[in-house]
Amino acid sequence: MGNNSFNINVHHITRVEGHGSISVDVKNGEIKDIKWEVVEAPRFFELMLKGKRYHQASHITSRICGICALGHTLASLRATEAAFDITPSEQTYLLRKLALHGETISSHILHVYFLVAPDLFNVKSVVPLVKTHTDVVLRALRLKKLGNDLGDIVAGRKIHPITLAVNGLTHIPSEKELIDMRKRLIDSLVDMDETVKLLQTVKMPDVERHIEFVALTKEGEYAFYDGNIKSTEREEVFTPQQYRELIKEFIVPYSTAKYAHAVKGEYMVGALARYNINYDKLTDRAKEASAALGLQPVNYNPFMNNIAQVVETVHCIEDAINIIDKLLENELKEEKIVVKTKRGQGVGAVEVPRGVLIHDYTYNENGIMEKANCIIPTNQNHANIEADFKTYTPKILDKPKEEIRQFLEMLVRAYDPCISCSTHLLDVKFV
Amino acid sequence: MGARKPRVAFFSFACCEGCQLEVLSLEEELPALLEEVDIVEFREAMTEQADNYDISFIEGSITREEDKAQLYDIRKRSKVVVALGACAAIVGINAVKNSFTKDEWLDTVYGKDREYFEDTIPAVAIDEVIPVEYKIHGCPINKYEFVDVVKDVLLGKKLVQKNYPVCVECKLKGNVCMYDIGRTCLGPIIRAGCGAACPTFGGGCEGCRGLVDDPNRDSAKELLASHNLTVDDIMREFSIFLNKAEEKK
Repeated sequence: MGNNSFNINVHHITRVEGHGSISVDVKNGEIKDIKWEVVEAPRFFELMLKGKRYHQASHITSRICGICALGHTLASLRATEAAFDITPSEQTYLLRKLALHGETISSHILHVYFLVAPDLFNVKSVVPLVKTHTDVVLRALRLKKLGNDLGDIVAGRKIHPITLAVNGLTHIPSEKELIDMRKRLIDSLVDMDETVKLLQTVKMPDVERHIEFVALTKEGEYAFYDGNIKSTEREEVFTPQQYRELIKEFIVPYSTAKYAHAVKGEYMVGALARYNINYDKLTDRAKEASAALGLQPVNYNPFMNNIAQVVETVHCIEDAINIIDKLLENELKEEKIVVKTKRGQGVGAVEVPRGVLIHDYTYNENGIMEKANCIIPTNQNHANIEADFKTYTPKILDKPKEEIRQFLEMLVRAYDPCISCSTHLLDVKFV
Repeated sequence: MGARKPRVAFFSFACCEGCQLEVLSLEEELPALLEEVDIVEFREAMTEQADNYDISFIEGSITREEDKAQLYDIRKRSKVVVALGACAAIVGINAVKNSFTKDEWLDTVYGKDREYFEDTIPAVAIDEVIPVEYKIHGCPINKYEFVDVVKDVLLGKKLVQKNYPVCVECKLKGNVCMYDIGRTCLGPIIRAGCGAACPTFGGGCEGCRGLVDDPNRDSAKELLASHNLTVDDIMREFSIFLNKAEEKK
């Protein structure tokens, strides 16, 4: 490397949700500056919630993000229910978990096949693959549609859900819809076998750095919908209500999104974090997929986040089948929605595709929002992405500039950042 | 053959990108659509970029001065510009921000670090900055309306907005009226095209498609009032999507 000098500026990296930029400044073989910048326009969601009535909160916050709209809806409803001391019925609980699996399946498939796969096939988007790898693209579309439809039958609409309400659902799926969906879920396991085979042919960049992982964890199940917050750097777990004891947020001047630190400093959330913390509770078939793909806990390679997404997709499909069986066994019934408002504060924590999402609301006695905080998965990953940049870039400085650029872009993409989500911007008071 | 396929591009400003995702969720239609058009720019899904476009779909609101220059540039390079979704068409959810002051935005959200973010401006719709040929309403859009618009542009047909309320589509679906089950609904004054999506799934219309051209607001307010709702309740029902509805149709 020696006297190698160059600048890399990727303005608005493609194939990610939202707008982010990479900048690297190298002079005489020495890194002067290296940054992961979020340049998306801020949208001020916490402020928008102020003065709104409780039933509007989830309809506003789902608009933070099109891709995890369902997860935002659930975190929002759970925060409101925590504030009002409401515990929804078993049927509501199961239907919400089912809808969330739909979103996770759809989001993971979109990421692995549409955003990452072009790098693996060395093309610039999925479009040329329609001609050259038709079966792969059709499989991807089938799996994505499965996730979307699962979200749709429960939530009425996966993007900006309609039926999901505080303490219930305004419409429940029919038995027939669930039976048809169950069959499609079973059939899709073949597509997942093929997905595993496809990814077995791919060699991920081999890097490793000790990372702190944070995810929800729960007794007896692989936590998505609820659980306590766990860091790999601490023995004890934190209830959602205690999230501020673990997670500290801060502002950096070059980014419109906030950054976050936990025990060690920067940390990672998302599929790989969940996998590392909750591996034991995966379904057998998901564990088999994991073994076939050479993934074992604890894995410290951020590129393996893509592989963990595939493993989780298998898990979500199997668990969705189990949930449908339980719903059918219990028999679906219309339930009247009753909500009694009270003054209070509550936190909802949900694992959405990109990691743990936290909504924290304070209401007055009439159910009018006084204060809101939302902590978004992608914001929790920004500092870790930047730490990865600083660790790995010096090791590849002798490579051609183009190769370094591509490596950094792929690294950002591995985290599956959802930037439009992350720039909702957060209350800074608790930094 | 020989004639080149129409070039289609997607751009996004301040929004959740859910409308682009709705386009990506046309899983069954996408392969056929890609036979008819070339998608030449779609940052969310592609790395390629192009110089000019037959149709540009623009998602999101404009919330920073710096974004306007890009919008002028897109207009210059596009034959047809379509505002995609509520944020682009009627400011959508972003208009909620406009009901607070700039000091409130910055102090509440950034506190002592607000100086870094002073370039934020009140949210505006795309047609407040550049002329647009058509608006696809909705939060999110109805993806089949997107397909229809692409078809119409390809056929050179004139694009015409639906100008009747959601109630019409809701009645055709045979839904029970929300008011009959003690709920509120903006269906009587909101532009149709969603297939009455929300009432069909037990939710009242929140007005994401904006007002019809000549809405009977007074009668809608009377309707709400006749169901024992206070003026505050009524105004709150209008407050998610209709903050700019008076001037934006």
